[in-house]
Amino acid sequence: MLRRILREVKEYKAASIATPLYMLLEVMMETLIPFLMASIIDQGVNAGDIAHIYKVGGLMLLAAAVGLLGGLLGGRYGAKASTGFAKNLREAMFDHIQTFSFANIDKFSTAGLVTRLTTDVTNLQNAYQMVLRMMMRSPASMLCALIMAFRISAKLSTIYLAAVIVLAVCLFFIIRHATRYFRQAFPKYDELNASVQENVSAIRVVKAYVREEQETDKFHKASQNIYKIFTKAETNVIVNAPLMQFTVYTCIILISWFGAKLIVSNELTTGELMSLLAYCMNILMSLMMLSMVFVMISMSTASMERIYEVLEETSDLTSPENALTEVADGSISFRHVDFSYHKTSEKPVLKDVNLEIAPGETIGIIGGTGSAKTSLVNLISRLYDVTEGEVLVGGRNVKEYDMEALRNQVAVVLQNNVLFSGTIYENLRWGDQNATDEECRRVCRLACADEFIEKFPEGYNTRIEQGGNNVSGGQKQRLCIARALLKKPKILILDDSTSAVDTATDARIRKALREEIPGTTKLIIAQRVSSVQDADRIIVMEDGTVNGLGTHEELLASNEIYREVFESQTGGSGDFDENRDQ
Amino acid sequence: MPGMRPIPRGQKPQVKNPGKLFARLMKYVLHYYKFSCLFVVIFIFVGVLANVQGTLFTRDLIDEYITPFLLTDHPNFAPLARAIGRVAVFYAIGVLSNYAYNRIMINVTQGVLRNLRNALFEHMEKLPIKYFDTHSHGNIMSIYTNDIDTLRQLISQSIPQIINSAVTVVSVFVSMVVLSIPLTVLTLLMVCVVLFCSRFAASRSGRYFLEQQVNLGNLNGFIEEMMKGQKVVKVFCHEEENQKRFRELNDRLYVSADRANTFANILGPINAQLGNVSYVICAIAGGVLALNHIGGLTLGGLASFLTFNKSFNMPINQVSQQLNAIVMALAGTERVFGLMDEPVEVDQGYVTLVNAREENGELVETEEHTGRWAWKHTHQADGSVEYKELKGNVVFDGVDFGYNDDHMVLHDIRLYAEPGQKIAFVGSTGAGKTTITNLINRFYDIQDGKIRYDGININKMKKADLRRSLGIVLQDTHLFTGTVKENIRFGKLDATDQEVEAAARLANADGFIRRLPQGYDTLLTGDGANLSQGQRQLLAIARAAIANPPVLILDEATSSIDTRTERIVQEGMDRLMKGRTTFVIAHRLSTVKNSDCIMVLEQGRIIERGTHDQLIAQKGKYYQLYTGNAIGA
Repeated sequence: MLRRILREVKEYKAASIATPLYMLLEVMMETLIPFLMASIIDQGVNAGDIAHIYKVGGLMLLAAAVGLLGGLLGGRYGAKASTGFAKNLREAMFDHIQTFSFANIDKFSTAGLVTRLTTDVTNLQNAYQMVLRMMMRSPASMLCALIMAFRISAKLSTIYLAAVIVLAVCLFFIIRHATRYFRQAFPKYDELNASVQENVSAIRVVKAYVREEQETDKFHKASQNIYKIFTKAETNVIVNAPLMQFTVYTCIILISWFGAKLIVSNELTTGELMSLLAYCMNILMSLMMLSMVFVMISMSTASMERIYEVLEETSDLTSPENALTEVADGSISFRHVDFSYHKTSEKPVLKDVNLEIAPGETIGIIGGTGSAKTSLVNLISRLYDVTEGEVLVGGRNVKEYDMEALRNQVAVVLQNNVLFSGTIYENLRWGDQNATDEECRRVCRLACADEFIEKFPEGYNTRIEQGGNNVSGGQKQRLCIARALLKKPKILILDDSTSAVDTATDARIRKALREEIPGTTKLIIAQRVSSVQDADRIIVMEDGTVNGLGTHEELLASNEIYREVFESQTGGSGDFDENRDQ
Repeated sequence: MPGMRPIPRGQKPQVKNPGKLFARLMKYVLHYYKFSCLFVVIFIFVGVLANVQGTLFTRDLIDEYITPFLLTDHPNFAPLARAIGRVAVFYAIGVLSNYAYNRIMINVTQGVLRNLRNALFEHMEKLPIKYFDTHSHGNIMSIYTNDIDTLRQLISQSIPQIINSAVTVVSVFVSMVVLSIPLTVLTLLMVCVVLFCSRFAASRSGRYFLEQQVNLGNLNGFIEEMMKGQKVVKVFCHEEENQKRFRELNDRLYVSADRANTFANILGPINAQLGNVSYVICAIAGGVLALNHIGGLTLGGLASFLTFNKSFNMPINQVSQQLNAIVMALAGTERVFGLMDEPVEVDQGYVTLVNAREENGELVETEEHTGRWAWKHTHQADGSVEYKELKGNVVFDGVDFGYNDDHMVLHDIRLYAEPGQKIAFVGSTGAGKTTITNLINRFYDIQDGKIRYDGININKMKKADLRRSLGIVLQDTHLFTGTVKENIRFGKLDATDQEVEAAARLANADGFIRRLPQGYDTLLTGDGANLSQGQRQLLAIARAAIANPPVLILDEATSSIDTRTERIVQEGMDRLMKGRTTFVIAHRLSTVKNSDCIMVLEQGRIIERGTHDQLIAQKGKYYQLYTGNAIGA
């Protein structure tokens, strides 16, 4: 997994290698300083040699300057490597997601993909930078300081060695213990936020039922729980600092005592004792840093896994070699088609569907929720692959076509359709990059969208907000239809695309489609019988099978489900649909 | 939060009155944790002093023990052992107080956060609906998450850090002055240089961080939009254009992130290595001074001083790094207190709803649940008490309403509903149907006119009692995390299981609930995400049914559920409406036809009223709407 992710470092490999090296330089210079210090004290101050003080002092300044340079360059390249890595990761994921099929997209939720592309990448960027800069620096700093200390006095340095081992073991247990607590604590925290969220969006219900106090009580309990859990978790963490202090102090005391003895027996000089004391901080601080690096890495593994999942997901739909790029006509046939979303699920969504649709025909599709209307039409533009049987468009199996060519000829207006931020013109031109203004206006007339667009102060240059929130549901649906029409497709599929459009306009759109693009095969999924009753033929879907197929009159006479729906909608309990778009 | 762009961080947030805000926060903290805070300060102080004592010991070690030892043949180690013992005690005190203050801080931090959250939530529940209309839910949520989190950092890290640093700086400074004045001056000079350099890097880094946040916001916005529209992207084969645009934004982010991180990264080395320079310069100068015995500096003194030099630089750098965090936290504090300062829903009502029973032909108040309710009207003029039976008679008299005073959305609404009558509102979106129903339960207060409930002006009623007497089924069904049973019981907290099931049966919900894996004990999460649209509506109806209110407000769902489910929902609604005064925002022909009176609304006015037959005969707007549907195709 790590190897796959690190492959995205690409052109930032040099920076990734340079960073730890520069950090190493900084560390070496840093450890040199206390060592030179000893020389100043012993050969300079104690021996009364001012020239020596200046000479070694100059060396120390030089060391500090080189160290600074190393630090600066390390910082520079660390930033470059980590942000570049993040850039490549995002790009790799985004590009890969573009190849996803609908099935792949369903697997990861939208929110999931967004988090992976944003938060998770940022986490990884920070961790990567930390690793490059600290992974090398801390152990090196510790090692250099230890070596120097040993060179000065092997006897005294064993104290450090012991301290390092003891502290490392303690830190390991504390961190492991604490992370376990935090792992329990964070879901609770999410729960608390979820309950706030719930109350904010359902505030009307809470107020209408006068349940403010009850909800507040519930919240208090949850927040008390958070208090308990976090207090417990943090109690473990805070041991860190005092423990560290305790180790440092113990070392200082031991070194002072034994150092004094060694000095008396002429095994150590005063200057050397001072250097040893200075190394104490270096060694133990590095250990502390190292433990932080490990915490960060362990926290970012979850992000790493999530990113890896996206990168390794293989799209299950690909265009074949020597694919067909021309769709002959708008005929569609289903031959013994079975379909299910998951290969493992027992009950297929579609069972043995057989259909023959001629070019230019208008087909209405009606049926209850879950009757697989949408699944049926999604197979035509190969948004999913069939499990059994085959779907033919223009006389050829959809799997033989180049996917882009097929989808350009089969325009689908999806049920949950989306407009993008940008002007109306820009949105329409998703259908055809090179469409003229005149063409854009023509399709809007067909979709009955011209009437409201022209009422906007800026007309076709009106900006659509993200998600299309500044137009009403019905307006959005009409824009989406216009956008699909601009593709000049051979097959047009409207998946419940006029549900928020009032019935009169709905009828006008259908009339326009019938008269203006007679050659295009049209499939219309609807809840309202009125939307499909004038179609050439109507398919009644029930539980994944074709329950009835025929004209309005035929079905009324022969199909029970159709008759039931028709009667319920016209006989008294129909939709009293006002003009929702005005 | 999906749908919400992250607030650009790193941008220097503007806080109007930081001092006052900080004082208010401290007051809040001290209110609950006076003694804890006192102990924290004491322990910090003790800890720092113990540490300084320990460092000063290095001087004594060298000057008073080691150097004299070198001059005698048989040194006596006993005084040294005693001195080391003393230092060990100091150190032990230091470690213990360090632990103690950290331990206390946990309780203070988590406790303050808990109290703040509770206070926030409690206050939020009391805010008028208008607040939720005018503030995006994402922003409200962000107060609970982001802002509280910055506060956590402020309380648990920044404040103790500052106290600690301040105490350290002062005591170290004093010790340095005692050891050697010339070296102290030198150290101070170097601190200025370090601060100057790090300020430069920090300000550059801050500027690029701002740029990075803007670019990050743009990229995240694009990602969010495209991930949501990914299926449309596929259908329109728009992948390549997308990748091009993505690359542009991504590259731009890289450039600014690279710069921002570079400057942030070099802060560390600047501080550390310039600190080393300061250390070296002091070592040289100190060496020369000690050699010439200038200013009474001894070798041991120099050793101590050099340690102090390091511990002087550190806190100054730390505080300068905390400053940004503090400004950010104060911006969060401002929003937290901002929510807590929002005026709550005012309720000056004094007419209350009480259980009643009849005695000698007169209504009297009683403790028991009689199933009969009365309005207890205590007249303010003479204190006399009057009881009026709760019946469900609602009158609108010349009501004008606007969300703002300068823009009225309802004009001169007059209507009259006898107990048990069904009033339907029809009209296009924005005509004011929902607004009217929101006035009855006083989600909003009217500007002019009167609304009377059982003959009493609703302004005189206690809001809680008024709302309790009204049932409501909204178009968007909201369910709560909890079991099905708990969700139904939301309508009546003390309802028995039998009552819950009876209500579910009335609402036609019993059937599907029994088919759920755990029946009535099935856990619902995420606003009932595991239920279908129709099932959620049935639960909302059951919830209203169990409350058994005399007046009902129904907002029929327009969303397309399939015909069969719709019929089940419809049946439930019809049974619920039986015998109650009902205001229904109607979308279904059958509902409208069966109403006692239909109000046709347009642009905030009632333009037509009457029964279905009367309105059809009138051939006005209603006729148009009706025939438009019937002819339709």
